[in-house]
Amino acid sequence: MLDNGLRVLLAPDRASPVVAVAVYYDVGIRSEPEGRTGFAHLFEHLMFQGSANLEKLEHFRYVQSSGGTFNGSTHLDYTNYFEVLPSNALSRGLFLEADRMRSPRITEENLANQIAVVKEEIRVNVMNRPYGGFPWLLLPPVLFDSFANAHNGYGDFVDLESATVADAADFFDRYYAPANAVLTVVGDFDPDEALALVEEHFADIPARPAPVRPDFAEPDLDSERRKSVPDRLAPLPAVAAGWRVPDPVGAYGDYLPFLVLGEVLTDGDASRLEQRLVQKDRTVTQLAAYLGLMGDPFDVRDPTAFLLQAYHAPTASADQVLDAATEEFERLATDGLQRGELERVRSRLLAQVFRDVDPVLGRTQVLASAELIHGRAELLAELPARLAEVTAEQVAAAAATLLPDRRAVLEIVPGGAQ
Amino acid sequence: MTATVVESVTTPIPTPKVVPPLGPVPKVKQPTAAERVLPSGLRVVAVRRPGVPLVEMRLRIPFGGTATGHPARSTLLSNTMLAGTAERDQVELASALQALGSDLTVSSDSDRLVVSGAVLRTGLTDLLRIVAEVVGAAAYPSREVAGERDRLVERLEMARSQPSVLVGEALNQRMYGNHPYARELPTVDTVRAVTAAQLRKLHADRVRPDGAVLVLVGDLQPGRVLDTVEGALGEWTGAGTAKPLPPVPPVPDLPTLLVDRPGSVQASIRLGGPAVRREAPDYPALQLANLAYGGYFSSRLVENIREDKGYTYGPHSRVSHSAAGSRLVIDADVATEVTAPALLEILYELGRMATLPITPEELENVRQYAVGSLAMSLATQAGLASTLSALIGVGLDLEWLREHPRRLAAVTLEETFAAAQAYLAPSRLLTVVLGEASAITLDAFGPVELA
Repeated sequence: MLDNGLRVLLAPDRASPVVAVAVYYDVGIRSEPEGRTGFAHLFEHLMFQGSANLEKLEHFRYVQSSGGTFNGSTHLDYTNYFEVLPSNALSRGLFLEADRMRSPRITEENLANQIAVVKEEIRVNVMNRPYGGFPWLLLPPVLFDSFANAHNGYGDFVDLESATVADAADFFDRYYAPANAVLTVVGDFDPDEALALVEEHFADIPARPAPVRPDFAEPDLDSERRKSVPDRLAPLPAVAAGWRVPDPVGAYGDYLPFLVLGEVLTDGDASRLEQRLVQKDRTVTQLAAYLGLMGDPFDVRDPTAFLLQAYHAPTASADQVLDAATEEFERLATDGLQRGELERVRSRLLAQVFRDVDPVLGRTQVLASAELIHGRAELLAELPARLAEVTAEQVAAAAATLLPDRRAVLEIVPGGAQ
Repeated sequence: MTATVVESVTTPIPTPKVVPPLGPVPKVKQPTAAERVLPSGLRVVAVRRPGVPLVEMRLRIPFGGTATGHPARSTLLSNTMLAGTAERDQVELASALQALGSDLTVSSDSDRLVVSGAVLRTGLTDLLRIVAEVVGAAAYPSREVAGERDRLVERLEMARSQPSVLVGEALNQRMYGNHPYARELPTVDTVRAVTAAQLRKLHADRVRPDGAVLVLVGDLQPGRVLDTVEGALGEWTGAGTAKPLPPVPPVPDLPTLLVDRPGSVQASIRLGGPAVRREAPDYPALQLANLAYGGYFSSRLVENIREDKGYTYGPHSRVSHSAAGSRLVIDADVATEVTAPALLEILYELGRMATLPITPEELENVRQYAVGSLAMSLATQAGLASTLSALIGVGLDLEWLREHPRRLAAVTLEETFAAAQAYLAPSRLLTVVLGEASAITLDAFGPVELA
């Protein structure tokens, strides 16, 4: 950790002459103030608009003319910024991140420009396509009550248009302190040299106190909640159900069985719900069960959810689909796993983790969020062993919690008919 | 994959004022590779890229066809190839794959069928045996085919509710007329007509090793793996019957097409035109000219219509390659009310590319980006496997890939200008716009046809 509170994580790997630099700030969609939905994401865009020593457009040009790529993304509990570069550009990548951590250049003109860009992003990803925001934007208001957990993280247009330069300055002061961030560097470098570069670029950023993170906890549902949303562009009905799960950080050991459960239910043609709903009942066209509203099992804090989503035939009702799923949950809870089922699902999970972390950027992201959210970058190295510890009984017990009266259900009604 | 949290004591250092220069260009380590053509005609390429204990596999089989029902049959064939074999049913097959940490997917397009997946290193031999079982004895059970046929109809309806799919189809039909590339996505009617017997026949005729390419990349010993492949797939035989598709016709000179999609809140703008194959002498110059125009974030198009005007989230310009022809496609989804001004800027930037050379600085920037992003895309097992499979499928190889940075390094300003004049001139491109037609006026750009 640097004196200003910035946490630094270095993971050398000299296989390819590539480095990834990522800064994760501990602020996300859940920290947006009321009346400013979408602000965390809008602010992410503003962080690319120039900084202490860089004009607008220079950040992009410096990264790409070094032969690198960049991006940023906004999540429920964090916002990240990253570059993947040839290893001879490491110092440059660190400079670029340090410069905007020191002071982004946020002007009226850039704000207006990026509000327009974000509105087009929302139009292309949500409003102009069928199933836009299904279920990640549509289910939270059914599943949760508090503004922090329930609101639309992409943002309401009225809120986006109301955003001011002063709002952005406040947001930066409050949440973008070095002490509220983790810097992760992975790839082809010597650790001592990299650490010296990190100090050269980041150490003189003045310290500010890290904000105290509020408790976003809310009670579990005590009865089923349902909502239907008309979608005039959708040709087929769809349904999503969400159940609250144990704290992904505080109760990690109880949480992991749900990761295995998702695979047991919907990974591949041998999975339980593929067999039941797609192959046998033939009511469902496509389905998935997974942890986290953004499909982010390891980079989200409490409260979060286990989700099931299905696009189904118009001849089947959402209840038919959900009832059949409930039967399969009960069967799993009562009869447990079949011989070999846990082992093969574990092999799949392991292979998926390896595949995710083969790219230097994928590895960087997993390490960075493990450090930021769990305070333990070792989580990745330990994962195979932890997965091996998950028992068939734990998976059955996880399935037993997926009860109808604990679920939030969101239905998409195609063609605009309510 | 070990990580350490570094703690240190620091002393204040003054704020840097200049962006650090780049260090010496790092050397790219070339992976070891081995190659063999089996007696059956199957070409096998194995590349060692350890890192994670996996092996990526791509089996590519030429699969083009000119018959109207071909896209429906090849799509349904790829969707049901894993629905059972002579020895195992769908669930047994999927369970066996899962136990290896694998998940095969089969996909097809107008040119080829690809069986792809990754497997834990320890399961490679077993995976190859399963692949041999599937290519040798896929059963296409009638019940599974019927179920998948209904699901495919629904998935096609879902796909055709996406503006990107609709506008892509409209552009392809406009560019390719009667060529198979005009109808890559099957129609619902042709899907409904497919029978399991047709799939079995298509498989017997076309799923053949002669002309097929198997690429394996990952934690493996290339030489030894070739023997493993020969052991597992040696009995898969049969002459290839794939005929190359006819070359794509010249892009016709047609007015702008405005496709009505009532209720759209954006206009999906697409411009398409011909490009050249990767081995053409002017391809590297076209690649760089296209990057400078709209092929990466720091391009003229992005800086203009996104970062200056805010008309769109992500405009792109891409050169893509198919067996029978290459194309250049520009896309931007813009707010309906700025459709005409956005198209004006897209055409303005094209016109600028075709009438004035880019600056030396722009050329150096796109050159660095092209070389760097190529190296990065090849630094992963999956990226290298997919790229190699695509290249070998069109007659190129690992050597072409290794040489490409040198070709990019040699491109001159004059060459990028010539490529821009040849392929980026507005007059060379067709325009299609999909959106709420009643709210869009494009008369300023010449004749408009409404669909």
